[in-house]
Amino acid sequence: MELRIQLVSIVAAAGLFVVVFEMVRRRRLLERYALLWLFSALALLGLAIWSGLLERIASTIGIIYPPNALFLIAFGFVLVLLLHFSLAVSRLTDQTKMLAQRLALLEERQSRAGHDVARERADARDEDEAALEPSSRP
Amino acid sequence: MVRSLQGVQVLEAREAMRTDNPRTLAVVPAYNEAETAPEVVRSLHRDAPGVDVVVIDDGSTDATAAAARATGARVIRLPFNLGIGGAVQTGFVYARENGYDRMVQVDGDGQHVAAEIATLAAVMDEDPATDMVCGSRFLGDNGYLAPISRRTGIHIFAFLLSRIVDRPVTDPTSGFRLYNRRAISLFARDYPHDYPEVEAVLMVHHHQLQMREVPVRMLERGGGVSSISSGKSAYYMVKVLLAIFVGLLRRRPVVEPGDASPAPASHGI
Repeated sequence: MELRIQLVSIVAAAGLFVVVFEMVRRRRLLERYALLWLFSALALLGLAIWSGLLERIASTIGIIYPPNALFLIAFGFVLVLLLHFSLAVSRLTDQTKMLAQRLALLEERQSRAGHDVARERADARDEDEAALEPSSRP
Repeated sequence: MVRSLQGVQVLEAREAMRTDNPRTLAVVPAYNEAETAPEVVRSLHRDAPGVDVVVIDDGSTDATAAAARATGARVIRLPFNLGIGGAVQTGFVYARENGYDRMVQVDGDGQHVAAEIATLAAVMDEDPATDMVCGSRFLGDNGYLAPISRRTGIHIFAFLLSRIVDRPVTDPTSGFRLYNRRAISLFARDYPHDYPEVEAVLMVHHHQLQMREVPVRMLERGGGVSSISSGKSAYYMVKVLLAIFVGLLRRRPVVEPGDASPAPASHGI
């Protein structure tokens, strides 16, 4: 592999790793979503540095220009990441739906309880007034 | 052990007593239907006495909730729009938590006729093993004419479903349905997100619940816009077809971990 493209690959993969790691360190990115990113970055970095392995992989799957194999592998990682996020979004959609339903049901129950309390208070007040009425008028 | 057995017997006795006079809940999902939803509630009070009404306001941006509350119905306001499936599922959860024996879905657009609830209930009274009764526009002669494009779609679903569940299903997209406790508890736990009716028929089949259809009158929409506009109908077709075929390959119905299935599930089809 030519030195220039190898250097670019190494810098890109290392940069990706550092950025993701930094985001996790600042708690901007949860570990569970960072793991796949970090694994991808490490794998690409490894292949970029150890170009002998990349060349062997390239010739095995019939790619003449080894850096293209690196792109293909990176593309595979991106696909896996996207699928992973679709799964996460689906799960979040389900959970959000359930939360919205629970919230609406609780609000309805609370407003009904509130009405009951208000009605009881009103009834109690009426009774008090009715009890007071005769004594105030001898 | 003995006590728990007695408890079960008491519960069963109560159950039997209750079915003599089942408590029924009408769920009215409404999205931006301030014009028609109050009318639906009033017609329910008038033509379906003894049925409690709860309006599910699916995150409307108009006065649907206030208008419905003014008619004396209970109103559950979802904080944002969940779509018809999420709204109706809220009704299932509400029915389960408040111990209703039956639940009927009556759309907020005025398409469903409140007086026909008795028709659905009669089927369930006659055969208590029925878990879901669907009001069908295409059984018998009731003068309903949907646009040809929509009818074609409905008939494709009807054809496929009839073959899968091995019994005639004429109107799988009708939302006018009466459910008993088993169906309520099934759908309270798991109900499709959008365009749920067709998938619900499949779920009922997978869970070995009994479904019946009965001819009912339905009206033209009173107002508002159908949740299925022409632009979305292609998406609707593809989504529901996908759901049908994925459903076929799903070994076991989806239940929450640790939950018992309302009925033993069959393996595959």
